[in-house]
Amino acid sequence: MSGGMFARLVDGLEKTRHSLVEQVRNITLRSKKLDEDFFEELEETLILADVGVEATEMLVKKLRTEIHNNRVSEPDQVMAMFKKMLTEILSNHAADAASVVNAAAVADSDFPAAWMVVGVNGVGKTTTIGKLAALHAKAGKKVLLGAGDTFRAAAIDQLDIWAQRAGCEIVKHQEGSDPAAVAFDTIQAAKARKSDLVLLDTAGRLHTKVNLMEELRKVHRVVTREAVGFRTEVLLVLDATTGQNAIEQAKIFKEAVAVSGVALTKLDGTAKGGVIIAIAGILGIPIKYIGVGERPEDLREFHYGEFIEALFA
Amino acid sequence: MVFENLSARLQETFRKLRGKGKLSEKDVTDALREVRLALLEADVNFRVVKDFVAKVKERAVGQEVAASLTPGQQVVKIVHEELAALMGQKESKLAAVPNPPGVIMLVGLQGSGKTTSCAKLGAQLKKNGRRPLLVAADIYRPAAVKQLQVLGGQLDLPVFSLEGARPPEIARQAVAEALRLGRDAVLIDTAGRLHIDHELMDELKEIKSVVRPHEILLVVDAMTGQDAVNVAEGFHSDLNLTGLILTKLDSDTRGGAALSIRAVTGIPIKFAGVGEKTDQLETFHPDRMASRILGMGDVLSLIEKAETQFDLENSKKLAAKLRSAEFTLEDFLEQMKQVRQMGPLDQLMSMLPGIPQKQLKGIKIDPKELDRAEAIINSMTFKERRNPQIIDGSRKRRVASGSGTTVQDVNKLLSSFEQSRKMMKQLGDFTKGGGKGKGGNKFPFPI
Ligand SMILES: Nc1nc2c(ncn2[C@@H]2O[C@H](COP(=O)(O)OP(=O)(O)OP(=O)(O)O)[C@@H](O)[C@H]2O)c(=O)[nH]1
Ligand SMILES: [Mg+2]
Repeated sequence: MSGGMFARLVDGLEKTRHSLVEQVRNITLRSKKLDEDFFEELEETLILADVGVEATEMLVKKLRTEIHNNRVSEPDQVMAMFKKMLTEILSNHAADAASVVNAAAVADSDFPAAWMVVGVNGVGKTTTIGKLAALHAKAGKKVLLGAGDTFRAAAIDQLDIWAQRAGCEIVKHQEGSDPAAVAFDTIQAAKARKSDLVLLDTAGRLHTKVNLMEELRKVHRVVTREAVGFRTEVLLVLDATTGQNAIEQAKIFKEAVAVSGVALTKLDGTAKGGVIIAIAGILGIPIKYIGVGERPEDLREFHYGEFIEALFA
Repeated sequence: MVFENLSARLQETFRKLRGKGKLSEKDVTDALREVRLALLEADVNFRVVKDFVAKVKERAVGQEVAASLTPGQQVVKIVHEELAALMGQKESKLAAVPNPPGVIMLVGLQGSGKTTSCAKLGAQLKKNGRRPLLVAADIYRPAAVKQLQVLGGQLDLPVFSLEGARPPEIARQAVAEALRLGRDAVLIDTAGRLHIDHELMDELKEIKSVVRPHEILLVVDAMTGQDAVNVAEGFHSDLNLTGLILTKLDSDTRGGAALSIRAVTGIPIKFAGVGEKTDQLETFHPDRMASRILGMGDVLSLIEKAETQFDLENSKKLAAKLRSAEFTLEDFLEQMKQVRQMGPLDQLMSMLPGIPQKQLKGIKIDPKELDRAEAIINSMTFKERRNPQIIDGSRKRRVASGSGTTVQDVNKLLSSFEQSRKMMKQLGDFTKGGGKGKGGNKFPFPI
């Protein structure tokens, strides 16, 4: 690569460190008219945020139509329009999100609940469980963790430490034992101890591994069969740093174990996690939590309104 | 699925580019529009794509189209060559160390796979006759030290840890320990961190200045999106990386991050992680990555075939292959993909001249079985696909774990492939001789 090209690349990359919406605002402020350059820059911004080609084309097309229909000619008016559009896409599915785990509160009627936490390797499943446990234990709920990752070295110890931190109980078997048996015992223990919230960890697995996905189905069947009287949820953890593969992950996990919500982790980095727009907008899976750090308090409930406000701040 | 979209789109574009002669600006622009989208969908960084496409365009316009190719294929050929050049042609090795112990530091974002890679690297060095010491310097993530200890135990490798000490001190003492024990490689696992976390990045710089590592390898998840370049630049500017380990390459990601990082930083990718087990670390082959990013199956076969549909030309070719019995697992896989795309195994067979239609009755294909078969073949090396007879017990185990299946599944696939091949051979003879079909009524293809 030539020196000039490299320099341009580095210069250009500086820009991506700012937030998506700040970017869009800059474009709207900078652009004198709503010409092709404007739309091109908008597309570029969205793609750099990992929104993806398909969702970007959809968003930009929609924006063009809106602009045309409303006879908008000033770039700065586009800002409000764009905000409204994103809200619509994310809120399409917010109704059911709100009823489940939204609002600091899962409503009291949602307990007792049993949540199974799934996702590919290293996305933050165990940490998210630790954070959820801390959050709900603090709110006075009786939380029980299930150490369903019996595969990865020291995964059980890792969850154990989180249980101690949150001051909650944990059901664990030996490393290498059957995760479905852990699920079974955890649910039985939850019934016996009258737990309010069960959080079941699972081993990270790539969605492409046929047999591992089959194993997960089995665990899910045990949970849905045994957790009578509990409200069951399947929380898919996605890493904001992941690119378009997150869509495949969401599709396949959803199909396998009826994912009911997404936790998007690692939003404290420079990744924008724009892929959630496609996941919420196209796959219709509600986003429920976002992770913004490694401490227990670094888990936020996802409120689409707030999320977008924050993006626009 | 992205895969099909790209394939279909490229075909559409190429259908339009039929003429011969020189590549016109319009030919190139049309074809490159699709290539650009393909690269973006593969998570190649937007700016890398932009510069890349500009470069290809410059090279392609006005170029003579080879007699055997259409203009579209010519463009893709150039694209592929440029991609391969950008990825680097050669495999990169670890630096040779004159005075052992060689010190290797693994760094990266949270969850990218450092601890596992550390153990895998240890296993590989051990296999090559070296005496590595693993060092647990991730004191932050709960049970990270324990994780490395467990892995070290499984591999029968010593693991150095030091309760209550800061990571630079742990690293310093580990190197001293290696000297004392006569270990010739020190592999330091560090805690995952964000490249924008100044405090933790300073800690890495401190480790570096204390132990002066021979290699600092950035561990990157192959599924990373557009942010990959920011991450790599962040770590590179603070630490001057010597290489990259690309993990989770056994997923179905196109892996555009690899290209982006390579293009922006020039750092070579030295290893690829292809599974959760400690022996699943491979030398990285840049040339294969280039095809993977573009969608290996489609684009490369597009260059070979003017039309990917099974037209007469293709069925003749296949028939010839059948006759010479060189029907390989690659053809098998290719067929499965075709089956998926247009469900036409029976159609395909019906295009082979001279096969009685009634032989094709009762063919059923279970999509789940196809998933499994595809995953298994995808986990094989090119050599294995061409010569399935070399797939021995240990290869089977590798393939099984790469595809998340069992050795039984692999056996089942191989035997059904063998059966298919025999059947195909018979059909081949049949089409050649016009004689009586010897195959039974049950078509063996469904695995
Ligand atoms: N910066 C940041 N790090 C996070 C966040 N969530 C999790 N992590 C870190 O990501 C790493 C991996 O997290 P784990 O919780 O072990 O991930 P996992 O999905 O359980 O991993 P496996 O069980 O190995 O598949 C840890 O170092 C966590 O501290 C987040 O929101 N921000
Ligand atoms: Mg875990």
